[in-house]
Amino acid sequence: MALEQGGVPTVAVHTDVFARLARSVARANGMPTTRQAFVPQPVVGKSAAELRAYVDGKDPVSGRPFAQEVIDGLTEPLGDTDLTGLSFERSTPRLLEPDTEDRLHALFAEHGWTDHQPIVLPTEERVAAMLAGTSHAPDETVGRLRPTKYREFWEFTVEKVAVNAVMAGARPQYLPVLLAMAASGLSARSSSTTSQATVALVNGPIRDEIGMNYGIGAMGPYSHANATIGRAYGLLSQNLQGGSVPHESYMGSQGNFLSYNATFAENEAASPWEPFHVQYGYAPDASTVSLFLGGWYTVFGGGPRETWERKFTRSLQACDPYTGPIVALDPIVARDFVALGFDRKQKLIDWCVEHARLPAKEYWDNQWVQTLFHPQAVAGVEPYATMLAADPDEEIRMFRPEDIHVVVVGGGTGAVWKMLGGGPRRTTVTVDDWR
Amino acid sequence: MTSKVAVHDPRGYPPKVTGKRLAPRLESLQGKVVYLVDCLFDNSDVFIRQLRDWVGERFATADLRLIKPRQSWVDDPDMRARIEADGDAAILGVGL
Repeated sequence: MALEQGGVPTVAVHTDVFARLARSVARANGMPTTRQAFVPQPVVGKSAAELRAYVDGKDPVSGRPFAQEVIDGLTEPLGDTDLTGLSFERSTPRLLEPDTEDRLHALFAEHGWTDHQPIVLPTEERVAAMLAGTSHAPDETVGRLRPTKYREFWEFTVEKVAVNAVMAGARPQYLPVLLAMAASGLSARSSSTTSQATVALVNGPIRDEIGMNYGIGAMGPYSHANATIGRAYGLLSQNLQGGSVPHESYMGSQGNFLSYNATFAENEAASPWEPFHVQYGYAPDASTVSLFLGGWYTVFGGGPRETWERKFTRSLQACDPYTGPIVALDPIVARDFVALGFDRKQKLIDWCVEHARLPAKEYWDNQWVQTLFHPQAVAGVEPYATMLAADPDEEIRMFRPEDIHVVVVGGGTGAVWKMLGGGPRRTTVTVDDWR
Repeated sequence: MTSKVAVHDPRGYPPKVTGKRLAPRLESLQGKVVYLVDCLFDNSDVFIRQLRDWVGERFATADLRLIKPRQSWVDDPDMRARIEADGDAAILGVGL
């Protein structure tokens, strides 16, 4: 669409499963008649001959010959709407029309404003009570969110965050955490076809102030704060960014259980190392949330036992090479690693970096490595350029040190650990700014 | 009678949409510079070459140029500037 504005007639080719989304994006950009042509899904894995057949075949959306759609899109005369585009405003009122509770619940479900579980209706009284959880004015702008890079940003205020917090069943004292998450600009409802979830790690005094669980069952449904903060983050993301609707604003092929909730806190007191946020320059008494766009996989293990090096190496190799893991260790495991000589967390991270290796041909055959890192390698960006130059059978490092995150969580009932997909993007935001 | 309650709208504030016009179209691709943009999705380079071949077979005098952005998912102003400077048309594929 930017090329059209630059005076270049353009046709964008998409696969057919993206038809509704592509049209929705064109409309939201004021160019609803943007010329688009569609080929069948998938393109990935198809041979040159099969893709030539796509070109020779029909556009599965319009039913017309695909290539003719492309040529016509560049050469057919423009109509009235093509010359003006489409201007419009979408209003979202502060309050909805009063109605019965049953009808309002139905309305919220019908519009896709819930996560398909019962919500608490955000009455004026409940929202006002929630707003007591922060000193910030209800009409203060908090930030902007969008489901993916090619969508437009939607803005929101403190009050709008409070509305979604009420819906999730959160308490006012949790609101600063939710405002920080919302202000991060990272959505918990990413539209990625990979079905990203956003994992959230809470550090600092706020954990105890609001009763977060970082001990037994910290990653499960055993704490009101953990449960409702995670849920509220999802609800506020989908509602404040303009939706999370399959085919239109959500394209995650398989979805992700962690989209229901992936919020937990670190067991700082039981950790032999510095808390996660301190690694990134925050004071120990600062309260923060660290967010990771990822959450694709989980690898589980026990130990470290006698053969832990092989187990850890195989587990790291099982992680997706596009996204380094959050290595979540029970306090027992963390202390055992210290006994093995890992007196600093960075030593364990460095060990993981050194041992997480794949043959170069296997690394570069990863779909997302190919899509996102290969262009950087070709452009000479390190370490990808050197990795691309490696012999196909050479075992190359999968991760950089900054890709691996070690946190301590759990109640010490078992020597257990998990590797969770952490994602290539991490951001840490301060809760204290939103008290 | 069941009582009615007033509740907040949970949605954020969408931006105002300002209409934008399309660029003038060409009469034909013959003799024109057409950029075919490989959007860097896995295998899109194979697809875009097939499309280039198809166009080349039918518009023998079209100057068909393959081009790639520096990264996927990221706007590449340099690439756009190049297309706008000497391109008559563009085909993007295969991406969102």
